[in-house]
Amino acid sequence: MKKFRFAWLTKTLAISLALVFSTVFLSSCGKKEEKKAAKAVAPPIKIGVAGAHSGDLASYGIPTVKATELVVKKKNAAGGINGRQIEVLVQDDACKPEFATNAATKLIDDGANVVIGHICSGATKAALSIYKDGKIVTMSPSATNPPLTQSGDYPNFFRTIASDDAQARMEVDFALNTLKLKKIAIIHDKGDYGKGLAEFAREFLGQEKGAEVVLFEGVTPGGLDYSAIVKKIQENGADGVIFGGYHPEASKIVTAMKKKDINIPFISDDGVKDETFIKVAGEYAEGVYATGPKDTSKNPLTIQAIEEHKKAYNEDPGAFFLNAYSAALALVNAIEKSGSTDYDKIVAALRTEPVDTPLGSIKFDAKGDAIGVGFSVYQVQNGAYVEVQ
Amino acid sequence: MTSSFFAEKEIYNGLLLSRTIILQELINFLMDYFLELLLGGLTKGSIYALIALGYTMVYGIIELINFAHGEIYMIGAFTALIAASILNMLGLGQITILILASILAIIYSSAYGFTMEKIAYKPLRHSPRLSPLISAIGMSIFFQNYVLLAQTSDFLPFPSLLPEFEFLQPYRHIIRSPEIFILFTTVVVMVLLTVLIKFTKVGKAMRATAQDRKMAMLVGVDVNKIISMTFVIGSSTAAIGGVLIASFIGQINFYIGFIAGIKAFTAAVLGGIGSIPGAVVGSLILGCTESFATGYVLSDYEDVFAFGLLVLILIFRPAGILGKSSSEKV
Repeated sequence: MKKFRFAWLTKTLAISLALVFSTVFLSSCGKKEEKKAAKAVAPPIKIGVAGAHSGDLASYGIPTVKATELVVKKKNAAGGINGRQIEVLVQDDACKPEFATNAATKLIDDGANVVIGHICSGATKAALSIYKDGKIVTMSPSATNPPLTQSGDYPNFFRTIASDDAQARMEVDFALNTLKLKKIAIIHDKGDYGKGLAEFAREFLGQEKGAEVVLFEGVTPGGLDYSAIVKKIQENGADGVIFGGYHPEASKIVTAMKKKDINIPFISDDGVKDETFIKVAGEYAEGVYATGPKDTSKNPLTIQAIEEHKKAYNEDPGAFFLNAYSAALALVNAIEKSGSTDYDKIVAALRTEPVDTPLGSIKFDAKGDAIGVGFSVYQVQNGAYVEVQ
Repeated sequence: MTSSFFAEKEIYNGLLLSRTIILQELINFLMDYFLELLLGGLTKGSIYALIALGYTMVYGIIELINFAHGEIYMIGAFTALIAASILNMLGLGQITILILASILAIIYSSAYGFTMEKIAYKPLRHSPRLSPLISAIGMSIFFQNYVLLAQTSDFLPFPSLLPEFEFLQPYRHIIRSPEIFILFTTVVVMVLLTVLIKFTKVGKAMRATAQDRKMAMLVGVDVNKIISMTFVIGSSTAAIGGVLIASFIGQINFYIGFIAGIKAFTAAVLGGIGSIPGAVVGSLILGCTESFATGYVLSDYEDVFAFGLLVLILIFRPAGILGKSSSEKV
């Protein structure tokens, strides 16, 4: 009995302490922002940053805050946007849709002119209608769910990351236009990622003329031997394979194909664009195509952004840092070029004014996807991936 | 009149001939595909069989489903990989490496099997049957994580140690020498085990232990030694399987034993657990079912067909295809 009460006591104590510290933390944050606001002379332009800043997905959201702050600090030091300083408003949604709507309401109340966020696709979707009603331009560095832009429901939404189906689009275009394939077998690993990509590829191939899908099948991941499916690919007369999945299955299928003298192109995704694939499949990996994010590491702006981050935080940047950095640059540029914080003018500027970012020179299409951001096709040549398109 | 008659007949004959040719080609074409699927299925089946043999043997002697058997197979593959890498640096030939790596794998796997029995199963020999089963699952998890920590979580390439015979080159699209090698080894191991159990003194002691442990002890059978020996032999077959399968597939990681173990266990149950030829028959049927399901239906449903077959067979023959339905000892 005594023991039980003791445990109860410590638990309560722990929870209350946690609450105490969190309030202290929150209030200190608030103070910082107030100080910043006091510094500004002209009414500042407010950029909201919303995303997962706590919880298990915090590592996806915090780099975006850092990226925005770096861009803003630099811009403010250079005199701000048309003489107006920029202020950053941060809201946490913990990647949860119900918190995301709260965060959105709070940002609108605080007078945010534009918003960078949210991070997760689900939370972004929940918050978007609130921003839409409030006429706030929203730009996500990381929400990849295709309908967010493609449904046309959210004209205020933009993103600096390619949507999930862009890879499938890339694979299909490459297969049809570059390799001139006519009969394509689509294989996937029955997982969310692999099957999702495979289904997009099938859909896109269905829309195109002149090519048909001769086989659409899933294999059991971790299987011992894929020779039966490889024989089926041959039996159906496929002249190319599109595979959605990860490298362990891909290397087994590729090996089985080469061993059976089936020398047709094998095109896969960034689950396969991995050094392990080349290491495991060895000589059989030669000639395999895989799509992967465009290599931007040699872009001077990328090098500069990473340098800045290292200087400010003493560590390498985290997930989606470059996408967020580019989003901040794009928004700042759009406000500057349009000369106002008016919704319609910012949207028009985003679509027409190209801006140099770590992801290359980008502007946005009518649906809100960044033109020029996306994937490249790589091919294994002499034991390494080489960009071919 | 006559000429036209002949012409007609010729056309008719020609038609008949061309139709026969087309039919023949169609049959050839279908048979080729069928044959390839069948051989693929047999190879897959014999891969399962190499692991299933150990399962069924241990079950036959002490009625324990040794869930860690798949991990012994995985450890055998890892030992062979390490040995092959070292031997390769010494510049030895392919066959020498294969034989030396296999021997090392057998020694290591046997040691693991022997120790595992002493640590995890022997203290539980008089407990209810559920306890050693749970202990086996624990050993399986332990070995996986042990290899994960001691080696790596990544997939590692495994060199193809099996030789390619020149005379088979023209038929390589149908069957390749590694496949023949695996099929052949499975049959040899099965025959050797059957001979061992049926016709040797050790085998007789094993059968006695299986029938009645206490009585076997009374007539002078060293039961502990026999059980240890069963584990050593079971682990050796797993090690041979590890070397052959890994060099056939070309990649290994710490998790391969679990997946292969589940399939091999299914095969052993299908064929009648406890029966040596049953394990091989069950494995071959399972492999062919999967191969044909992929080839003629849809590979998405490969496992549905495999396990559907298992359910059907267990409904009509609860002891498995070659299993003996013996009444429980009371």
